[in-house]
Amino acid sequence: MTSAHDGAHTPGSPGGRTAAGASPQGGVDHVPSTLHDLEDAVHRLEAEAEHRPPPAGPATNLVVALLVVALGVAALVGSTELGAGSARTPGPGTWPLILGVLLVVLGIGLAVVARRTSDAERFSPATWSVLAGLATMVAFVAVIGFIGFEIPAALLCFVWLRFLGGEGWRTSVLVSLGVVIAFYLIFVAALSVPIPHLF
Amino acid sequence: MDFAPVLDGFAVVLEPTNLLYCLIGVVVGMLVGVLPGLGPAATIAILLPITIGIEPVTAIIMLAGIFYGAQYGGTITSVLLKLPGEASSVVTVFDGHALARQGKAGTALGIAAIGSFIGGTVSIVALTFLAPLVAGFALDFGPPEYTALALLGILLVATVSGGSRLKAVIAACVGLLLATVGRDMFTGGERFTFGNLDLADGLDFVPIAMGLFGLGEILYNLEERHTAAAAPARIANVWPSRSDLKQSSGAIGRGSVLGFLLGILPGGGATLSSLAAYAVEKRRSKSPERFGNGAVEGVAGPETANNAAATSSFIPLLTLGIPANATMAVIYGALLVQGVNVGPRLVDDDPELFWGVVNSMYIGNILLLIMSIPLVGLFVRILRVRPAILAPITVLITLVGVYTVNNSVFDIVLVIVFGLLGYLMKKAGFDPGPLLLAFVLGSLLEDSLRRSLLIFDGDAFAFFTRPISGTLLAVFLLVVLYPVIRSALTRRRSAERPIDSKELV
Repeated sequence: MTSAHDGAHTPGSPGGRTAAGASPQGGVDHVPSTLHDLEDAVHRLEAEAEHRPPPAGPATNLVVALLVVALGVAALVGSTELGAGSARTPGPGTWPLILGVLLVVLGIGLAVVARRTSDAERFSPATWSVLAGLATMVAFVAVIGFIGFEIPAALLCFVWLRFLGGEGWRTSVLVSLGVVIAFYLIFVAALSVPIPHLF
Repeated sequence: MDFAPVLDGFAVVLEPTNLLYCLIGVVVGMLVGVLPGLGPAATIAILLPITIGIEPVTAIIMLAGIFYGAQYGGTITSVLLKLPGEASSVVTVFDGHALARQGKAGTALGIAAIGSFIGGTVSIVALTFLAPLVAGFALDFGPPEYTALALLGILLVATVSGGSRLKAVIAACVGLLLATVGRDMFTGGERFTFGNLDLADGLDFVPIAMGLFGLGEILYNLEERHTAAAAPARIANVWPSRSDLKQSSGAIGRGSVLGFLLGILPGGGATLSSLAAYAVEKRRSKSPERFGNGAVEGVAGPETANNAAATSSFIPLLTLGIPANATMAVIYGALLVQGVNVGPRLVDDDPELFWGVVNSMYIGNILLLIMSIPLVGLFVRILRVRPAILAPITVLITLVGVYTVNNSVFDIVLVIVFGLLGYLMKKAGFDPGPLLLAFVLGSLLEDSLRRSLLIFDGDAFAFFTRPISGTLLAVFLLVVLYPVIRSALTRRRSAERPIDSKELV
C-alpha cells in the first residue's frame, strides 16, 4: 500500500528523501533481475514513497515476541480449562491447545531472532496523531448511545481535518458539516438505519 | 462440458442491476487503485455492510469489480508519479516511470491497459474451463482432505506473501485462535467468551475485516506526511504505436499464462505474478539493459500478469472454498455473510451465482479498458484529492457502516479494537492478511480436523494413508522444512569453502 505524496516531488525529478539504507537515486538506480532482488527493490521503493519511520530496536522486537508467548500461554491455560481431550476424543480445548503450543514456540523463535529483525517500526512523534485519531473514535462510540451520532461525527471529522490532516479552519468546518449532513440524509432519511441520532 | 449454465450466466450479468453494480465496482476499484491510502482489500472490507442488503450475485459482482479494477488503476500512479497505487503495480514503476520521463506516459498507460485487458480476458476463458474440473475433482473431498487443504492454503499464504515468514505464521495462528471464540460446534459449550453475551455467537467477520484492513490502514497512514500530490503532466496520445504493440505482444502472451498459473496458487496472486513476469521478460530479452530505462515489455508483462492473476485467484475460492489471498478472504467472508455455501458444490448448486460472477468479469474488463484509455485524464485529475480529506470520511463510513450490519454498538467497539490491532500489527511488522485468512478458514479447519481424528480413531498418521490428503500434507511439510534445509545447505557450503582455501595454501 502506498500513501501520501511528497509535494516537493515533481514527475520530472523523482528521488528526494530516501529510505534508510537506500542510496539517493534518479529513477531506479539498480534494476534487479532475480525474484529476490526484485522483492528487495520493491520494498525499498515502497519505504521511500511512504516516508515511514525508521526500524525499531531489539527491545521492541523482544517485547513483541514476549507478547506472542504470553498469548500462547493464555491460550494454553484457557484450553486446559475447557478440557484438552485427546487425539482419539478431541474436546473443545484440543485445537486451542495446539494453537497455544504453536504460538509459544513461534514466539520463542521470534525472541531468538529479535536482534536481527528490522521489519518493525519505531514509534515516532507522529504516533501521537495515531493515538489522537484513536481517541476520537473511542469518544465517538462512548457517547453515541446518549447524544446520537451527529455531534460526535462532526467533531471527529473536524479533529481529523484540522489537527491530524492540517487543513485550514474554513475547509475543516465546512467539510465536517457537509459530511454529517450527507450521512444524516443517507443513513437516517433515506435508509432509515436505526442508528442513535439526535434529530 | 455443458455450456447452458455458462450462457445463463450472461443473462444474469446483463440484468440492469447487475450491470450497474459491475460498473460501480470497477469505477470504485479504479479510484481505489489511483488514490493513495486504501487498497482493494480495505475497500472491499469497508463496503461489506452495503452488500448485505443486496442479492449475493450482485454483491460479489461488485466486490470482484473493485478487486480487478484496482489492478488497472494502480498503474496510473506508478507510471505518472513513481508512486505505486497498488502493491501489484510496484514493478511497473521501473519502466513505466522511465517511459513517462521520456514523454511516453501515454504509451505506457495504453500498453498497460491493453495488456491488462488481454490478461484478464485470457484468464476468464481459462477459468471457465478449469474451474468446473477442479470443482468436480474436489467433490469427493472429505474432512481429512479439507484439513490438509486448509492447512496448506494458510501456510502458503503466510510464507509466500512478503515480509517475515515467522510473523506471518504467528498472525495466522492468532487468526485461528480468534476463530475459536464463541460456541463450540461439537459440544455447544462456550469458549473464550469471558461471560460476554456479545461474544457467545463468536466474533463477527465484518468488524474484524473492517477494523484490521480499513481502520488499521488509516491509522497507519496517519504517521505519514500528507501533502497534496504534485499535479501530473498532461498525457497525450494514449494509443500505443504499432511497433510498441508488436514489441510487447510476446510479453503480454507470457504474462497472461504466468499470471493465470501463479494466481491459482494460494499466496501467489497479483503481486508475486507481476514480479515474476518482470523477471521473465528481463531474462528473455536480447537487450536486458533497456529494462529500467523504459522498456515497453517491462510494463506490458507485469501489468498483464497481475490482471490475469487477479482473475484466476477466484478459482480456489469458487471451487474449493479456500481463499488464495487476503482480498479473496474478504470476498469469502462476504459470501459467508450472504449465506452462500462456498465449495466444490457451488458450480452445480448455484450456477447463476458462479457463472454470473465469472462472466461479469468480461463486462468489467471492457468497462475498464474504456475507462483507462479514453477516460484516463479524468482519473488522473482525481489524484489531486487530498488524502487528509478522505481519511475522516472513510473512518465515519467504517464506524457507521459496521453499526448497520447488526444494529449493534458492540460492533463499533469491535471494529475500533481490531483497527488498533491492525495498526499495531503493521507497526510491528506483521501482515494482517494471514490473520484474516486464517480467521475465515478457522472453523472449517478445526471442524475437519476433529472429524478426521474421529474417523481415524485418533491416529494422526492416517492422514498419509489417503492419497490426496497425504500429498497435500507432504507438500505442507516440504514448505515448512524448506527454509530449514536451505539454510543448512548454505551453511555447509560456506563451511566447505575455508577448507578449500586451506588446501590451496
